[in-house]
Amino acid sequence: MSSHFPAIIIIAPLIAGFLISLSSLANRRFCFPIAVAGLGIAFYSSIGLIVSVFEKGVIQYRLGGWAPPMGIEYRIDYLNAFVLIMVSGVAFVNIFAVKKTAERDLPEKLGPFYSLYVLFTAGLLGITATGDAFNLYVLLEIAALTGYALIGIGSGQNSGRAAHSALNYIFMGTIGASFYLLGIGYLYIATGTLNMADLARVLPSLFGSNVIMAAFAICMTGLFMKMALFPMHGWLPNAYAYSSPAAASLIAPLTTKVMIYVMIRICLFVFTPAFSFEFINIKGAMVIVASVAIVAGSLFALSQKSLTKMLTYIIVAEVGYMVGGFWLGNKEGMTGSILHIANDAVMTLCLFLAAGIFAYKIKPRGEILIKDLGSMFSRMPVTMGAFVVAGLSIIGVPPACGFFSKWYLILGGIKAGQYWFCAALIFSSLVNVILFFRIFESAFFGSTCSNHEHGSAHETGHHNDHEAVIDEAPASMLVPLLVSTAMLIVLGFGTKFIVTQIIEKAISGMI
Amino acid sequence: MNEIYSIQPFLGVLISASAVLFIITAKRPNIREGWPFLFAIINFAVIASMLPAILAGNEITFTVARVLPGVAIAFRVDAMGLLFGLVSSSLWIVTSAYSIGYMRTLSEHAQTRYYCFFALSLSAAAGVAFAGNLFTMYLFYEMLSFATYPLVTHHQDDEAKKSGRKYLGYIVGTSVGLVLPAMIFIYAGTGTLDFAPGGILSWAGFKPLLICGLVLMFVFGFAKAGIMPFHSWLPAAMVAPTPVSALLHAVAVVKVGAFCIFRTLTHIFGVDLLGSTGLDFLGLHSINMGTVVAVIASFTILTASLIALSQDGLKRRLAFSTIGQLSYIILGAALLSPKGITGGLLHIGMHAFGKITLFFCAGAIFVTTGVKNISDMTGIGRRMPWTMGAFFVGSLSVIGLPPCGGFISKWFLLVGTLESGQLAFMAVLLSSSLLNAAYFLPIVYRAFFCTEEESKFEKKIDEAPSWCLGPLLFTALVSIALFIYPHIFLTLAQMAAKTITGGG
Repeated sequence: MSSHFPAIIIIAPLIAGFLISLSSLANRRFCFPIAVAGLGIAFYSSIGLIVSVFEKGVIQYRLGGWAPPMGIEYRIDYLNAFVLIMVSGVAFVNIFAVKKTAERDLPEKLGPFYSLYVLFTAGLLGITATGDAFNLYVLLEIAALTGYALIGIGSGQNSGRAAHSALNYIFMGTIGASFYLLGIGYLYIATGTLNMADLARVLPSLFGSNVIMAAFAICMTGLFMKMALFPMHGWLPNAYAYSSPAAASLIAPLTTKVMIYVMIRICLFVFTPAFSFEFINIKGAMVIVASVAIVAGSLFALSQKSLTKMLTYIIVAEVGYMVGGFWLGNKEGMTGSILHIANDAVMTLCLFLAAGIFAYKIKPRGEILIKDLGSMFSRMPVTMGAFVVAGLSIIGVPPACGFFSKWYLILGGIKAGQYWFCAALIFSSLVNVILFFRIFESAFFGSTCSNHEHGSAHETGHHNDHEAVIDEAPASMLVPLLVSTAMLIVLGFGTKFIVTQIIEKAISGMI
Repeated sequence: MNEIYSIQPFLGVLISASAVLFIITAKRPNIREGWPFLFAIINFAVIASMLPAILAGNEITFTVARVLPGVAIAFRVDAMGLLFGLVSSSLWIVTSAYSIGYMRTLSEHAQTRYYCFFALSLSAAAGVAFAGNLFTMYLFYEMLSFATYPLVTHHQDDEAKKSGRKYLGYIVGTSVGLVLPAMIFIYAGTGTLDFAPGGILSWAGFKPLLICGLVLMFVFGFAKAGIMPFHSWLPAAMVAPTPVSALLHAVAVVKVGAFCIFRTLTHIFGVDLLGSTGLDFLGLHSINMGTVVAVIASFTILTASLIALSQDGLKRRLAFSTIGQLSYIILGAALLSPKGITGGLLHIGMHAFGKITLFFCAGAIFVTTGVKNISDMTGIGRRMPWTMGAFFVGSLSVIGLPPCGGFISKWFLLVGTLESGQLAFMAVLLSSSLLNAAYFLPIVYRAFFCTEEESKFEKKIDEAPSWCLGPLLFTALVSIALFIYPHIFLTLAQMAAKTITGGG
């Protein structure tokens, strides 16, 4: 059983997807338990995988018993075992939180929603697990198509905008994926193989070839589009902000992070560091692009009035963190980049879960603006508390995990002498302070409730206590939120373990 | 010197933080306000229990978690940290009593929140005092920044909002913008952040210019110390309730800033490195980094004292006085001499008792009469003689006159300037004393000596509630007692100075 984990982790949610579709014809009540079961098995397998990687090292799994390079190989090492846990964990925790929202916003579409949800997760898990460059493309499309549908489902007044932004996403996403496919096609022409390990063996003898150069450039362009690296980020903010909160809290934490994983996988394990960092000289340029992405993303975030829009631009800035950290090309930067994949996924999950709760409780229809969050500290202290922890983590306050990945990124920047990148990171931290304290302030001062009674309250020197009626979200939404908040701290304290036991081993021999 | 591995320092941090759970769940106000009092006493007892071991020349260490290679959340209590820990934890007891009187008399809203964040702030201050490395110190420094925000903005009106923005803008802006990169720079160069009495940078091989830059990043980055031009959050923070201004903005928060600068100068850079690293100033002659920091501190001392002269709001005048006095502590470190360092450390304790008395008096006056401005306080001594008597004692201590504790720390600072042969700073200290006298003594004089017509108060004794009056009389008495019995603080400061300067 356990030797088949690399296949089970993808097949379980795939089968769950079909079963949900079937059962939704009979009774919609079965959809949720099946989805939980599928994702639970995937999460369990991901833990099993990392345990066996710890015990036995790299796992090579031949799908259907066909030997590579003809057959498809799933190859689990420290790097993707780590990312698999992140993906399956986020999907598993999140599904409990979105149940209420999905049932209220999409009562007619529950079957399709859960089915798309698990298929999307299966796609991302497959992208992460596969050791075959073409198989990666197929799974990329599975994740992308289900992602478009999830966003297009929309909710309430936003459904028109959601459809429009999903269309935009389809265009950009398809172009990105096609670029990737084209690059892989070039590689296949030049080498005759699609297996990543095989490619890494063959490619060094072909480094001078223009075909390889073109393949690399096209591949990377496609991936940059898919990961929404500034200035190719245009599809992301609307797509995430206008989708149903139920879909956003799954897609936002995972999509860009998995794409960054793919970039790391392709650069290190297909083209090899000798090519990516030394043979072609784009390190410095990429770090500058990333620094610009960080600054631009932060500034765009600053100009938003809507909470979810602001969060989506923070994602754009965070993509810059990870891309920049990777292209620093040293151990510290790469460690920061990989660490941030997990940390940022949990932070984004936490923020989007909180945003989902706000949407559920105060504004089921339409966008939540920052000013709508007045006196949230007294109305929803638990949700707001979790939101504060996540915000502090994004700002980079220890001991929350966001501090530690930022630490490694800045350290890498200093060691590589890329001071502009460090300056961009610090700048983004400072902007994040403003972004989040603007929200905390609005939630603390209670702009919506206390305005009309401000005069009388002011004279007597104290405010009325009747504002402080606690009106929290249902436990099914709060528990996942608190679990992800706790993970922010756990990941922070676990930094040394993750870095020395997982990431150093994942990139050993590469730098 | 022995190292003792003990959980005591961590308890000193945890006990105050755990008070929050009890305060939140308390059903009745009496119980809710009893908890901080009880926890403050337990907390003080735990911290004081470390005193014998430290006085015997040991250090107490405790590691909570190793979070990064070479960096842990770890505590190391030495004489210097214990001195600060004793000051803030003992004054928390007094302030807990004072808070009850102040907050109840004014029937302030959201008192539960107030007591919770007060306890968290004290926990963070203890964390800074006992931190064993720069990372732990930074962690608690940031925790303190965020824990005090709801206290500063307690009134939740527009002025509080504005002040809150200024407060966070300055404090978090500088710590993230300056301290964080400087800290990572040091880690990149040395691979460690642990404090060591001689500093850790001497073997990193940094260029002098980089060292100078780092020193300045720390001196300005720990903006809680109120070094100009990053001082203006402190007068703004005076919108907070007076107990907050008293304990946090005269003792815990601001001295955390000064303590952090003191700690990094002495235990990261080290006095030898600061003394030997210099800038060629305009090509004339080389000035070492100690002197550069001392000049920055002197500028703040004199400017803040001059601004204080012109302030009519009593709390604002006290705030500018605090800004000036904090730089005494920095100046003490920057003199790089044993006596100067002793004086700087002593000043953490001596100034705390004097200044908290003054703030308690300001609060007592506000609670009893509603008066905030000095110009409206003529003749107030007739109505509140005990309060104004205590105010006089506090003023003497801050000015640095006998028979108050402030005299002793100032004495050591003056000797320190002689010892390091930098007489210019002696002139700074003396003129600052004159300015202090000029902005404090007229308040006391006009409170007691005025004609019937001038007086704005009837000659009828009507003092503040005893929960307010008791604490301020107590701290005034302690200020005097510290002149006669400075031994504990003095011994700790001298021990710290001895280790820092390498036994000299």
